[in-house]
Parts: sequence; C-alpha cells; structure tokens
Amino acid sequence: MTLTEKANIQENLIPVLKTVSDPEIPVLSVLDLGVIREAIEENGIVHIKLTPTYSGCPAMDVIGDDLKKAFSEIGKKAEVELILSPAWSTDWISEEGLQKMEEYGIARPLSETADKDVLLGEKKLVKCPQCGSTNTHLVSQFGSTACKALFKCDDCQEPFDYFKCLK
Amino acid sequence: MDKNLYNYILTIADNSLILAQRLGELCGHGPSLETDIALTNISLDLLGQTRSYYQYAAKISGEGKSEDDIAFLRIEREYKNCLLVEQPNTHFGYTIGRQFLFDVYHLMLMEKLQNSPDETLAAIAKKGIKEVSYHKRFSSDWVKRLGDGTEESNTKMQEAIDDLWRYTDELFFMTDAENAMVKEGIGIDVSSFKVKYYKEVSEVLKEAALTVPENKYFAKGGKEGVHTEHMGYILADLQYMQRTYPNMSW
Repeated sequence: MTLTEKANIQENLIPVLKTVSDPEIPVLSVLDLGVIREAIEENGIVHIKLTPTYSGCPAMDVIGDDLKKAFSEIGKKAEVELILSPAWSTDWISEEGLQKMEEYGIARPLSETADKDVLLGEKKLVKCPQCGSTNTHLVSQFGSTACKALFKCDDCQEPFDYFKCLK
Repeated sequence: MDKNLYNYILTIADNSLILAQRLGELCGHGPSLETDIALTNISLDLLGQTRSYYQYAAKISGEGKSEDDIAFLRIEREYKNCLLVEQPNTHFGYTIGRQFLFDVYHLMLMEKLQNSPDETLAAIAKKGIKEVSYHKRFSSDWVKRLGDGTEESNTKMQEAIDDLWRYTDELFFMTDAENAMVKEGIGIDVSSFKVKYYKEVSEVLKEAALTVPENKYFAKGGKEGVHTEHMGYILADLQYMQRTYPNMSW
C-alpha cells in the first residue's frame, strides 16, 4: 500500500507537500510522517486534511501554517483542516521516513508487542541508531516530545530517542 | 444550542484542562529530569484533548465562542471538573496518587466513549485512549515503585492515597447533563464502571504494598461547580493573561 492509496493525495501536489517538514524532526516531510490524510485542489483552492500524531502535538499549528505558506509561494491558496479520525498510527510513517529518522539518530518504532516489552524495560530490542547495537536500555518512558521515549546504548554509551509505536 | 451536550462536553474536558494545569506547574520543578519530562508530556496530551473538546463545544455553542473563551473566561462555578484533579502537588506521592486515581477512571471512560454515536466525541476518545493508557502505565508503575520502595516512600504514598481517596466517589456521580446524554444514547453512564474501577485500583494498591483506604466519607461538588479552596488559585494562574490583557493573543 503506497501512501497515496491510503491517504487521498493528488499527485501534482506531492512535490510541494514534500517541502514541508515536521519542525521537531526536520528530516521528515509531512508525507513521510503520514499526517496528511487528504490534499485535493478544487476551484483553485488546495484543501488539506491534517491529522495530529498526538492530541497535544504543538507542531500541528506550525505545520498548518507552513503548508499554507508553501502553497502561497507557488500562488495557491491552501485551507487546512485538522481531523482526528482515523487516529494516526506509526504504521503511516513511510519506509523512506523510517530510514531518514534512523540516519537522524532516532530509533524506529518496533512492533506493538516488542514496543511494550522495551517500554516496560523487559527486553533489549531497540537498536542504537549510532552503533547498531541492541544492548540498550530505557532511561525514560517519556522523551523530548510526546512521540518519543529516551534510551541509552550500553555499548557506545550514547543516549538517543526512540520513536514509540502508536497503533 | 444543545445545552446538555455542551455541559456534557465540559464535564469531560474540564477534568483534562485542570489536571493539565496542575501538572504544568511542575514544569522545571519535577523531582528528577525524567519525571519532569513525563509529567509535562502527560500535561500536554491532556491539554491537546481539552482543545479538541473545547473546539467542539465552541462550535455547538453557536454564540461565536472560541476554545480560548471557554478555557479562560469562565468563573469558578462554571467549571465542571471533579475535585480530584484540582488537588495540589503537595509532594510527589500526591502528584502520582492523583494521576493514578484519575488515569484508571479516565481510560475506562475513554474506552466507552469511543463507541458513542457522537462522531466527534468518539474520535477524541479513540485518539485519547492511546495516550491515556500510556499515562496509566506510568502512574501505576510509580505507585508500585513508591509503595513497595522504602519505608519513607511507602509512608508518603499511603498518605497521598488516604487523602485523595475521598475524591474518588465523585467520579461516578451523575450530573443532570450526563443523565440527559445517557438518555439520548450519546453519553456514558459513569456509575456503570464504578465496581470495576475500585477493583482495579485496589489490585494495584495491594501489589504496591499499600492499604486500600476504608473511609466512607466522600466529598463531591466539583462536577456541579462547587469546588475546593484550591480551584480559585488554579484559575488565578490559568486566567491571568486573559484577565490582565483581555483578548490578547500570541
């Protein structure tokens, strides 16, 4: 399933959407993150449906403004609507997005069961994005943003963020 | 406007707003960096949920109100949060105890609300469930860690649970708006999961080597706007900017 099949996004709008990124993880575009659920141009106005990762995600207001700005730069008016249903899931992050995230130093979300195990500190499964070791431990269930938890690698000793699984 | 629906939304949302405000007080003052971040993360989730509820309430109010008007421009008697969430951060045991006693209730409510035929409430609940289950995991872990920790931590955790226990019964008190919404098939009968709630809470407390309080005196009133003395101070903080500089915006 490609992103455009899941979300209703008009092909010609994709290049512009790719230029708008998550202000907290700037390597990820809003498309990589899967927060755009619909983008359709009608009568010269681009209608965008945006869904938050977490209810209180402060990045949403910024993303909405950035989207409007990106389209206004090519002479298009965009209207952004925030929708809550269906609820965002980490499954919507594209494979490309997951790779960029790892290169940026954030460990990618594990499966739902594995995620539970690591966040309860029961198993060592999270791969350190610096050295690749899974000899890592949970430092804090909550991290620098609502979507992340804090881990530390016991081999290279680097602390890092882990993107929590959300389904 | 549907006055009952409006009040019903606030009954749920005000709990999240006031608890978010209480947790926000700890920003930069948490007992450790990790707990500081955790508590403010939880605060942010709750505030996000509050905004969704208030946006919905503002929309149906039909009076040109905004979510900010609802948050900042009401007087104390118009807030419908339960007494539990307005209790102060006396010490870390109280913060955790209050969170735990609320999280168990909150998750049970969200699990029911996600099936409400009211699409907006159902969507907010569905989104909230994922967040609230994480909150509950955090707070119940800490109840166990403190209860089953040192003599000192056990004493303090017990003290908090004993003090906060009197505010738990109110969670299951049904207001007129709630009764009306249940009748319409939209609202949740909170009294229906009271037994389940006390069972789950008691199990965690026992696992945490804590005693389940037996006192039968329960305070209530918050859901009908009659608050404890702490509420005015919370609002003084919360509303300061809007009261001082009316209609200011960022």
